[in-house]
Amino acid sequence: MAVNFVYPEYEAVRNPDRCIACRACERQCANGAHEYLADADKMVCDDAKCVNCHRCVALCPTRALKIVRSGNTYKENFNWNAKTVDELYKQAGSGGVLLSGMGNPCDYPVYFDKILLNASQVTNPSIDPLREPMETRVFLGAKPQTVERDENGRLKNNLPPQLSLSMPVMFSAMSYGSLSYNAHESLARAAEEMGVLYNTGEGGLHENFYRYGANTIVQVASGRFGVHPHYLNSGAAIEIKMGQGAKPGIGGHLPGTKIVGDISRTRMIPEGSDAISPAPHHDIYSIEDLRQLVYSLKEASGFKKPVIVKIAAVHNVAAIASGIARSGADIIAIDGFRGGTGAAPTRMRDHVGIPIELALAGVDKRLRDEGIRDSVSIVVGGSIRSSADIVKAIALGADCAYIGTGALLALGCHLCRTCYAGKCNWGIATQIPELVKRLNPDLGHKRLVNLLTAWRHEIKEMMGGMGINSIESLKGNRLMLRGVGLNEKELGILGIKHAGE
Amino acid sequence: MKRVYVNEKWCLGCRLCEYYCAFAGTNETDMARALKGCKINPKINIEEKDGVSFAVSCRHCLEPLCVKGCITGAMTVDGGVITINGERCVSCYTCILSCPYGAVSPSDGGAVQKCELCVKTAGGVPVCVKGCPNGAIVFEERG
Repeated sequence: MAVNFVYPEYEAVRNPDRCIACRACERQCANGAHEYLADADKMVCDDAKCVNCHRCVALCPTRALKIVRSGNTYKENFNWNAKTVDELYKQAGSGGVLLSGMGNPCDYPVYFDKILLNASQVTNPSIDPLREPMETRVFLGAKPQTVERDENGRLKNNLPPQLSLSMPVMFSAMSYGSLSYNAHESLARAAEEMGVLYNTGEGGLHENFYRYGANTIVQVASGRFGVHPHYLNSGAAIEIKMGQGAKPGIGGHLPGTKIVGDISRTRMIPEGSDAISPAPHHDIYSIEDLRQLVYSLKEASGFKKPVIVKIAAVHNVAAIASGIARSGADIIAIDGFRGGTGAAPTRMRDHVGIPIELALAGVDKRLRDEGIRDSVSIVVGGSIRSSADIVKAIALGADCAYIGTGALLALGCHLCRTCYAGKCNWGIATQIPELVKRLNPDLGHKRLVNLLTAWRHEIKEMMGGMGINSIESLKGNRLMLRGVGLNEKELGILGIKHAGE
Repeated sequence: MKRVYVNEKWCLGCRLCEYYCAFAGTNETDMARALKGCKINPKINIEEKDGVSFAVSCRHCLEPLCVKGCITGAMTVDGGVITINGERCVSCYTCILSCPYGAVSPSDGGAVQKCELCVKTAGGVPVCVKGCPNGAIVFEERG
């Protein structure tokens, strides 16, 4: 192009004293950013091709590489900042909708970071999790409202189907297709080893992964890809995806170039055809319609599996959740506006939806006020970044947390946010065989297991500090939370006091 | 006995094993200082063709042809590890010719060189295994 409107935002800086020209960076960059100049015996980098994924940085054996802000700046302007200007230039050049990967990176408040946890002192002794038993097991599903007895006065088992998790974490829905085979295998094996669940997303279930069924949530979304009776019955639960935090109100689009081989077979669509998930479910225009699908799926799976309904956190989420709780769903999953994605229009990702903390607090309160909180479990996702976020979410009223981005980070993702390009250098969001093999599930699943093991330790430590020895006693225990720097309205919505009160 | 095994399914052809191997032989503490400006001559080598790659190093055969062919007794089997005594080697290269895997090569110091499982350099923990980013090279006991 004659005029380069957009200057690379980042550049790879190479320390010439440390670079031994081993060319590992060149071999590992699928974007072709690094190049070896044989005549000069040195490496060079084309920053315009760099996506800042840090693959080269992580593999450089001499730490000769780092990636920094290029520092090129327009004349300072708080209204027209560099991001806004660059995006406008790109659109003026392409005429297209801007695409982005992963979650909303914009500077909105992170409420988890403005909430602090309590700890016991003197009157209510803290508990040492290394010395005393500490329960992190949770059960998800509708709880019976009444005690029922048979004609002989014996208790009737009227417990609806439950999911049993060793800790309140599940891997959120990420489809086979958007993720690589090896990424899915890592998630499935880690879920099995840790006694938690992972989620197929809307891509069907690869035939090799049916054996992890007891630790799998099978998803049914608006495109219905890969859905058949055997699929519905192979998982531990069925999730109806109504919305996604990263892009509330719109569907999905997996480009035909990714619909190859096993993915085409698993999704049950022809090779090379685009997999387009419509924005709405075309058979759901009301809570009554949703109820029909919930019961169709229960019928199809013999009423043996809980049905999850997943929605994006949007403005009137509490009323929507109330409707879902009455639709017969066993579990509501709410995905906050920070939630990740393989590809979303940038404007949707950055400007639609609400924070998960506020959505969760609102939903929990609404369901309690209406006396139907026990008829559903609540799972929250949309940027749960640490065990502290999980503890805070549970104290705000969640039963369990979904982690997606966090799990991918454990597998090597560096949040370069170009998943939609399909050339993930870490072998996660790609279908190119040479890149997929970069993620060895033997190592990947172990890193996920490590992450959850570490988080479970930390959850126990934090609970112990509060003098609580079971997740159940923490649930909705908002007295354990205090806000810092929040206004009255925010505190009111979160249902917590300010620090010092 | 524990040996180095390679799994081409996970080999990325990044050749870091070659560089870690070359570094281990230098007795330096800093890789950049050790290998800056050098043309490396490692004891493990990546073979690559048509998208398939894997590392090749000494298999430590139970009946090693290199040891059998060595005319000076420089090559010996020491607890299963085939080692070279550089003092005795006269560089006749019989071992290089007889190794069916191409795992023996001329060394920069005059004699021949081959993988000795880092027994002499890194305390018996092969650096290629430790440095492989994808678990494609393993050090384990197999039947």
